Amino acid sequence: MKIYKEPKIKVYIEKTDEYKELSLKSLKEIMKELKINPTTVIITNNGELITEDAEIKISDDICFLSVISGG
Amino acid sequence: MVCKFCNINPVFRFNSSNISLCKKCFIKYFERKVLKTMRLYKLVKKNDNIAIAASGGKDSTVILYILNTFIKDRTVKLQAIAIDEGIHDYRNKSLEFLKNFCKKNNIKLNIYSYKKEFGKSLDEILKTYKGIPCSICGVLRRYLLNKKSKELGVNKLVTGHNLDDESQSVFMNYSRNTLKLSSRMGPITGIKIHKNFIQRVKPLYFMSEKEVTTYAFLKGLLTKFSECPNDTDSYRAQVRDLLNDLEAKYEGSKNGLISSFLEILPLLKEKYKSLPEIKTCKVCDEPCSQEICQACKYVEEVIKNNKVNVNL
Repeated sequence: MKIYKEPKIKVYIEKTDEYKELSLKSLKEIMKELKINPTTVIITNNGELITEDAEIKISDDICFLSVISGG
Repeated sequence: MVCKFCNINPVFRFNSSNISLCKKCFIKYFERKVLKTMRLYKLVKKNDNIAIAASGGKDSTVILYILNTFIKDRTVKLQAIAIDEGIHDYRNKSLEFLKNFCKKNNIKLNIYSYKKEFGKSLDEILKTYKGIPCSICGVLRRYLLNKKSKELGVNKLVTGHNLDDESQSVFMNYSRNTLKLSSRMGPITGIKIHKNFIQRVKPLYFMSEKEVTTYAFLKGLLTKFSECPNDTDSYRAQVRDLLNDLEAKYEGSKNGLISSFLEILPLLKEKYKSLPEIKTCKVCDEPCSQEICQACKYVEEVIKNNKVNVNL
């Protein structure tokens, strides 16, 4: 019997310097789940800048880069 | 969703207007808006000798890059000025990036350190000083920027303050009932021109932090230096989070705050134009509102006498 494995995606959060593994869903839903405020990040996929309504897949390399710096 | 003009994948989306832009269109939009701000407020004029207050962070590097790229007027002189506060594992890294950037772009860079100018680095000061780090650091940094700009013969200091920085300051002055301080703000600082004050101008005034970060990323100017380690508990950091939450729910809030502020700014300037005359510090000759400037008080009480806290 085949066991169904829920597709997971790994994302990197620069602000906290950590990787999170989540079930595959839209970027907006991921950000909501991780409590990431969209005004505080830019998002890259495989090193290319994308917007939060871009479609993503399991093999993607998603990074949330913090826009806050300085002080 | 694709770019409004090119029909290709976008890199930035303005939710309020439902418009997305690709890399090329976003860069064009960003540069046009910054240059428009400069034209509208006459931030840089013929024969200006300007210094860009740079740190190696994204904001100041972006404005350094834009000014160095787009100012074609040969009568305008441009150089960079940086302050090394002495924050381990933070400022040393960003200054290294800045040095390389300036060398590559043939920009003269002047670096001044707290250690050399005041006798102690910020890290050393904070071993004994238990007040808010940003208060003392801000006073000392502004002091050095003004003093060193004058020594360099600069007539205008360009800073990388963006829409987020400015909306935070406006909000902070409202909530602390310090509107008098707001009267000196805007794309050009100061109520009146004073020989001892170097005028500060802010070409990124209408660009959000997210827009500046996007531009920096696309131009390869984004550095991986996180927030200042001393910034976490500051009042500004809390206001920043609050405004970001508001912006996420009601996009355009920061813009609205700044637009309404600019509408009342002439009234504030008029109201506070007759403030007490600017004095000269008895110790250092820098401009101040009292007999001795805040920087000299900090140097005397905190740096030399190791006071745990001071009430200026």
